[in-house]
Formats: sequence, structure tokens, C-alpha cells
Amino acid sequence: MRYLMLICGTSHDESKPLPSEPMDTATEAWVKEMDGRGVRLMGQRLRPASMATTVRVNDDEVLLTDGPFAETKEQILGFDLLECANLDEALEVAAKHPSARHGAIEVRPLWPFAGEES
Amino acid sequence: MALRRGRKLNSKPAEAVEAAVTAAFREEGGRVVATLIRLTGDWDLAEECVQEALARALERWPRDGVPRRPAAWLTTTARNHALTRLKRSTTEAAKLREVAALAPTEEPEADPSGVQDDRLRLMFTCCHPALPLDGRVALTLRTLAGLTTAEIARAFLVSEPTMSQRLVRTKRKIREAGIPYRVPPAHLLPERTAAVLGVLYLLFNEGYAATAGDEPARHDLCTEAIRLTRTLLTLMPDEPEIEGLLALLLLQHSRRGARLDADGELVTLADQDRSRWDAAAIGEGLALVDTALHRGSPGPYQLQAAIAACHAAAPAASDTDWPQIAALYGELAKRVPSPVVQLNRAVAVAMADGPAAGLAHVDTMAGDLDGYHLLPATRADLLRRLGRHEEAADAYRAALALAGNEADRRFLRRRLSEISSETP
Repeated sequence: MRYLMLICGTSHDESKPLPSEPMDTATEAWVKEMDGRGVRLMGQRLRPASMATTVRVNDDEVLLTDGPFAETKEQILGFDLLECANLDEALEVAAKHPSARHGAIEVRPLWPFAGEES
Repeated sequence: MALRRGRKLNSKPAEAVEAAVTAAFREEGGRVVATLIRLTGDWDLAEECVQEALARALERWPRDGVPRRPAAWLTTTARNHALTRLKRSTTEAAKLREVAALAPTEEPEADPSGVQDDRLRLMFTCCHPALPLDGRVALTLRTLAGLTTAEIARAFLVSEPTMSQRLVRTKRKIREAGIPYRVPPAHLLPERTAAVLGVLYLLFNEGYAATAGDEPARHDLCTEAIRLTRTLLTLMPDEPEIEGLLALLLLQHSRRGARLDADGELVTLADQDRSRWDAAAIGEGLALVDTALHRGSPGPYQLQAAIAACHAAAPAASDTDWPQIAALYGELAKRVPSPVVQLNRAVAVAMADGPAAGLAHVDTMAGDLDGYHLLPATRADLLRRLGRHEEAADAYRAALALAGNEADRRFLRRRLSEISSETP
């Protein structure tokens, strides 16, 4: 089954320069382990929520809002797409991610395409 | 709780057969459902097929006699029904081959240990922490205890459509989030066992807290919780926390005949007629506490059971070993950092070392338990015993403003009237 891991947490303080290193060593080790196990299909860190633009269409009129879909203290910082045997495995993989210690990780099953029952 | 499914037969032998079906289902229903879920991988289909097998039993058993192994008969009949149903659906061809292939080796008489695993699988899956708590409780009652949706709805004081929705949503999450149907691997087992025990304890408390006699379905929740905990212990013997929970439930349940007076009013532990306590349940509970504690790894349920055992073992309230109870609460507080445990510890300290010592404990806790009526109720009781009646009355009024249960409110009003001129 496929699961999306949404890495949630408080955004980087924008008054400070972004760290040049995109991932800390702990995260790198996690990526290496999960790639090796074949459970991580892809994943990436996202630019801060202030870089987001939200799009809505109202009666054919495109409405753009500066910022993320929901203005909350915790934002989506990155994501990983997993292929796991079941939820327990996905939860175990998520619990090993370093961000689970500071923020939170939402694990969501992907809605399969029609006819593609897992 | 009577079995309210299948057809109603009126002749005497038919009633005996119905009783046999009811008994078979009460004892083995959870096992039959659990096996069918494993075979079909489909919770709804499994339930329907078990219902169908029960209907067949009511039809056949009067004619052919009650089979030697009723549960095995029900499992086989339900499985055959599942095969028929799956044959009709061409898209399920792969599943059908699976079920057909599994069938011969999975007879209950052929592999009793495998069948037991099914019930354990079902318990762990129903109590998976990724499911909402109310859904875990409802699904456990539906599948393992075999209660009808209507019965569960009555027990939790919600409408039948609400309960039905809750069950549908919970089963949907199991399917769509990919919650595995299995006993968790060793490294997850302690945490997941604690989750199962949590659900069983909640189930018991749901019934235990409903003190008034107007909702008998809720009392049966206690019996169901005890029955399921007993099953769990048979499946996982030598687990001290399961022994601890079973002991705790038995000891608490042993007081059911003495907790309310003739008018349905709550009677405090100190005032209960101990001759009305269930001696058999106490005997079993005390023995279980002993066995569990001898294993040398005390946990929250064992400690709570040990506390209940101190009460159960005292011939009169004045014989209660309060210093021991205070010490056990101290141990419990180290493992369960809950203000409710601290409050109970304060009460035990008050009994062991006097109300002033208890009050000192309680007064350090303000803020942790805002909105919980037992905090002001406990303060009130300690102040009353210290003779500080005016402050006690204020605290009783504060407790009354927070208490939700009518029996609790009547009790508080009675106490208030004893120390002030206010009429209950």
C-alpha cells in the first residue's frame, strides 16, 4: 500500500538565512535506510509556507492567495511517498524520521486509482 | 443479554435449540467471526456469513439435532456461505481461490491453536491505536462479544444509526488505511497489549460508572469486559498486566450488590454491607493479584488490582490497610502521571495519616483537575472531617456544580445538608 508522509512542524525562522545544507545528517541517514529497504519511493523538503501561493477558482475567476492553504503555526515542511506492507510498517517508518521528535508526521493512505485495489 | 437474531420459534424443543444456538454463539461467536475475517479479508462479509450460519442453525438443529461441536459447525457453514457468495462475484476470483485453499486445513478441530490466534488477531485489530477510541470499543463489542448494533447503541446511550455509522467508519479505516489483521510482532506487543487492555478497562468503566438501575444494558458491559479479559488471558497466559486487569475488574465488580442502597443511592466503600460482596469473585481476584505480583514486573493494572485487593481483604472498613494503599498509589503515580491517581493517593494519605495530611496533598493539585467534580468533593470531605464546615460547604457546592451523574449529585447534596442548613 502507498502512504504519503507529511512532515509537519514550525517553519524555519525567516529572519535567519536558510541553512545551506538541505538535510541534517539524521534525516540523511533515515533516507538512506528507507531507500535501502525499498519503502521510500520519493520525497523532498519544501520551501517555507511563505513561499506558497494558494489557488482557487470561483465562477471561472482564478483567485490567488499569498501563503499556505491553512495559516497555522505548524506547516507542511516536506513529504515522503512510501510503499509499505501495511499501516504498521508505515507508522514504524514515520516514527524513525527525525522530524517526528520535533514536530509531527501525518501518515495518509493514498486513494488508489479505480481498479487498482491494493 | 439475549440473542436477538435469527427467527423466533415457539415450541419447547425449538426453544432448547435456540438456547443451544445462543450458548454456542455466546461462547464461540467471537472465534467464528475472527476466523471468517481472516479467511475472507472482508469484515462485512464475515459478519453476514456468521449471521447466515446462525439462521441455518436455527433451521437445521431442531431437525438434525445439535452438532457435537456447535462452533465448528457454525464456522464451516459460515465459510461455505462465504464461498458461495464469493463465487457469484467474478472480480473476487483470486480471493475465492485463497479461501478455498485455506479451508480444509483451518477446521477448528484440526488446528485449535490457529483458531485461538484468530480471536487474538481480531482483538489486536479492533483495538489498534490508529482507530478512534469510541470505534475500538464499539467494534470490539460487535465482533468479539457478538452484541447487536442496537445493543451497543443502547449501552452507549446513542441512537442506532449513530452507532451503525461509527462501526462503518471504523471498519472503513481498517480497510482503507491498511491496518493489518494480525497479532503484532514482538517489538510492538507490549504497547499494543496495553492498547487492548485500555479498551477493555474503558468498556468496564462505561458499565461501572452507570450506577442507576434504569439502563441494564450498561451493567452488562461489565460482564462483557470481564469475559473478554478472561478470553485474552487464556490466549496470552503469563502476562501479568492481563492478570492484573482481570483481577481489578473482578474485585470492582464484586461490590456491585452493595454499591447502591434500596433507593438506588450510592453507598461509599466505608458504608457498604460487605456481606453482600461477591466472595467468589473476590477469591479469584485476590489469587490473580498474588500470581501476577509474584512475576515481579508490576504495572498499572496490577497496582490498581493490589489496591482493590486491600479493600476486598478487609473484613470491615476499619480494618483497611491505608498505609499500604497510600504506598501502592505512590507506586502507581510513578507509572501513571495522572492527577486522578494523585487525588486518590491524597485520599489514602488522609486515611493513613489524618485529613490534614490529605488536604495538604489535595491543595497542591488545584489547576490540574479543573472541571473534575471529585477534586472539590474530596476537599469537601477532608474539610468536613477537620470540622471546617463552612469551607466544606463551599467545596460541596463547587462539586455539585460540576458533577454530571445524578446519583453523584444526590450524594453530594446529602453530605451538604448534613453540615449546613440546606435541604437536599
